[in-house]
Amino acid sequence: MLQEIILAGFGGQGVMSMGQLLAYAGLVEEKHVSWIPSYGPEMRGGTANCSVTISDEEVSSPIITEPDTLIVLNRPSLEKFEQDVKPGGRLLINSSMIDIPSQRQDLKVLKISASELAQEKLGNTRVSNMIILGAFIELTRAVTLESVIGALKKVLPEYRHNLIPLNRQALEIGVMLAKESI
Amino acid sequence: MAKVLMKGNEALGEAAIRAGCRYFFGYPITPQNEIPQYLAKHLPEVGGVFVQAESEIAAINMVYGAAGAGARVMTSSSGPGISLKQEGISYIAAAELPCVIVNMQRGGPGLGGIQPAQSDYFQAVKGGGHGDYKLLVLAPASVQEMANLMEKAFNLADEYRNPVMILGDGILGQMMEAVEFKEEKKTSQMEKPWATTGAKGRKPNLINSLFLDPLELEKHNMHLQRKYDRMAKEVLWENYKTDDAELVLVGYGSSARIAKAVVDQARAQGIKVGLFRPISLFPFPKNALQEACKYAHNVLTVEMSLGQLVEDVRYNLEFKVPVHLYGRVGGMVPTTRAVLEEVKRWVNGDQGVETHENCL
Repeated sequence: MLQEIILAGFGGQGVMSMGQLLAYAGLVEEKHVSWIPSYGPEMRGGTANCSVTISDEEVSSPIITEPDTLIVLNRPSLEKFEQDVKPGGRLLINSSMIDIPSQRQDLKVLKISASELAQEKLGNTRVSNMIILGAFIELTRAVTLESVIGALKKVLPEYRHNLIPLNRQALEIGVMLAKESI
Repeated sequence: MAKVLMKGNEALGEAAIRAGCRYFFGYPITPQNEIPQYLAKHLPEVGGVFVQAESEIAAINMVYGAAGAGARVMTSSSGPGISLKQEGISYIAAAELPCVIVNMQRGGPGLGGIQPAQSDYFQAVKGGGHGDYKLLVLAPASVQEMANLMEKAFNLADEYRNPVMILGDGILGQMMEAVEFKEEKKTSQMEKPWATTGAKGRKPNLINSLFLDPLELEKHNMHLQRKYDRMAKEVLWENYKTDDAELVLVGYGSSARIAKAVVDQARAQGIKVGLFRPISLFPFPKNALQEACKYAHNVLTVEMSLGQLVEDVRYNLEFKVPVHLYGRVGGMVPTTRAVLEEVKRWVNGDQGVETHENCL
């Protein structure tokens, strides 16, 4: 199994954390992982992205030019990266923030209005990224839900562990959405 | 200890502390800031000292002082900051003091940019400052290897009484990978009877790089050169599928990771490609390179510069095999697709005209 993912959005939407959670979850499962951020003068409201590789074998190049999956949380990210996705690859779109369709005809696309769902079902839009992450793991089986929960315990400082149940709920909403979409 | 996920910069910081480094002097610059950030937090916990100096020049001279007093000491910077440190590095090399200097390369020349590059290769392996001197230069290609090479760097520095440079780049510094730190074993550090630790009960030690008598300075230079010759046994390298390779890719650091992926892709298409990755850039693993390229019709360097490593590869292969360059610069990173196309171009004998334009 080799899964190369690019995650992109506005700074503050949680794309870096989503990527780190995936990498950590892969590590929990004793897979080979790498995570590379875009770095530079990024800030809240600017664009940010990271590349994550999860593999059964050693990761040769951690730099991803043709991702298997692209996860985009805002429109500039869709426009910037959609042409790079592998033919027949997967595209997860946060339709709360992206009101244009993908230009690619060959991709498996799942649109999730993550912000509305997070507000409606959980009363907290800050976990919208976790809904999309839940859908991703259900669709690709790159890592398990339990590994992501395990990763949350490592990534979040102790005093934030009270947020883990909320994050789990958000992930589970994503899992359900992905199941319904198949 | 179990595997943890760490940025390359953080892993270097942790490995330095585990290697017994207790002094860090530096000045901030992207993309290496996580090194001082990590050490600022964790050095005081082990009784160490972290100083953010007023400039790179001050920082490297603090390193000079601490090294002279026999301390395990390091500094880190990137591109322009390393250039500022060159005078001090030359002094440290001349005075034969051990220290570790990290350069997480970024795009140059000038202020350049903050994205990854490998265009400080010449500066690292040919001396960098004024005078005939050399640094031992180690080039890790993964977060784990950064952690592994840090203790080696400090030990080599002590053994040869010479500055050691860890030459990374923005990708290696910023990326997170799994890393495992070996259980701490009490490593005994070498005695430093030459250090200026207060001359009570012994003759004073003098640390100096000024030799006004030309004959004395020539002698000192000859002594240094013999030391650099002795370093030749410290060569480190990795071979990947070079045994039957008709084309050998040569690259270090992040570029070697990209090249490794290209080897796999090429092999899947039936093209016999291998990778030779120098880990020590000075001393350069000359014999190992020649051995790896024994059956090669072509050699292609993959580097984030417009032709630095390629010159050493040509020189060390004694111009017996055609050596070509694939380089991207300015913070642009070679793609596996483009390198694979370049590989095919040389394997198919469609040589065309070699210009820098081929890189783009």
